[in-house]
Amino acid sequence: MLIEAHSLAVARGGVTVLAGLTFAVAPGAALSLRGPNGAGKTTLLRTLAGLQPPAAGRVTLAPDTVAYAAHADGLKSSLTVAENLAFWAAIFGCRDIDRAVQALDLSLLARRPAGELSAGQKRRLGLARLLVTGRPVWLLDEPTVSLDAASVSLFAGVIRRHLAGGGAAIIASHVDLALPEARVLELAPYRVRALARDGFDEAFL
Amino acid sequence: MGPGMRALLLRDLRLAVRSGGGFGLGLAFFLILSVLVPLGVGADGVVLGRIAPGILWVGALLACLLSLDRIFALDHEDGSLDLLAISPVPLEGVVAVKALAHWLVTGLPLTLMAPGLGVLLNLGPSAYGWLVVSLLLGTPTLSLVGAFGAALTVGVRRGGLLLSLLVLPLYIPTLIFGAEVVRRGAEGMALATPLALLAAISLGAAALLPFASAAALRVNLR
Repeated sequence: MLIEAHSLAVARGGVTVLAGLTFAVAPGAALSLRGPNGAGKTTLLRTLAGLQPPAAGRVTLAPDTVAYAAHADGLKSSLTVAENLAFWAAIFGCRDIDRAVQALDLSLLARRPAGELSAGQKRRLGLARLLVTGRPVWLLDEPTVSLDAASVSLFAGVIRRHLAGGGAAIIASHVDLALPEARVLELAPYRVRALARDGFDEAFL
Repeated sequence: MGPGMRALLLRDLRLAVRSGGGFGLGLAFFLILSVLVPLGVGADGVVLGRIAPGILWVGALLACLLSLDRIFALDHEDGSLDLLAISPVPLEGVVAVKALAHWLVTGLPLTLMAPGLGVLLNLGPSAYGWLVVSLLLGTPTLSLVGAFGAALTVGVRRGGLLLSLLVLPLYIPTLIFGAEVVRRGAEGMALATPLALLAAISLGAAALLPFASAAALRVNLR
């Protein structure tokens, strides 16, 4: 198993939003998180990424296995597409950005500053970043936002190749990525309705 | 320094000198202050020479303060900070590199500019060398303490005011000893004690603050 959660509870702003989650994702598998806005999909992904501690339970994964694609793409608008990718490649100790550039069809944009890209092109660049991390577990938070249909299917192909190569993906998305092999995890049954605050300090800050 | 940290340093330097990077803001402030003070105080060379060490140090400190909130706020806004936090580069290293980048684009140019501005303020001839030495020793502390303040206030909207209030008291020892080195240099007095204290503060800040800043960032990213 690449990543496992045992009776995991996650909290946002000091309020527990999801509890009792137990799941495991094996190499080559994808997990699709479903739930309405505010269900805690982003909070769950941030917890799995290690950006915040679980409210209860635990997450088991080897260190340095996770790549996270959040709502924000982590791009610098005054750097070119190639410079942005080369920076993240260097951070993650990877030398080859050509594969990522080609996989997301960015070759023609490589010399353009990221600030001049359209929203969908920026998103493609943000997703190309996943490929240069070289990490097996992708945590994708609404990866298809502002992508057109062609780019969605392009990205679905990228995910499929990643899974075929022994990777795994956990995807929070409202759009169907046409990944029939993805297991669906409905978050509604795990939602914590009582908005009991455990300690006011965190919510206050 | 590993390849990841080197890439981060180069990226920050590149961002600083490209459009919108704010590279010149602190330097322009320092220049304007040093030009305006003689005009405001008057052309009395004795008075100017006496206040020059303090003015130059206060100017350098405030010029540093101007760009502090950019150290982490921009990376936080565009999501880079989250991604750096889960990257193989340790967060302590990220903080140290970002403080170094801030020093290279503010503290170092301020240090190199200061002797020229000392002329405007009628600084004593024997003080120029000590001005450069004291700024070289002291401005790294300004960047390191500033990075700590920026890490504490990273998620706060319009955190600039809070950041200034947090950081100013921590700047006071550096200001006192830094200006004292220059003043004693101008008057030809012994200055080993303030110089040693200035260096000690810098070394202590470099040794401890990256860890404190990284801890503050981890809390703020939750």
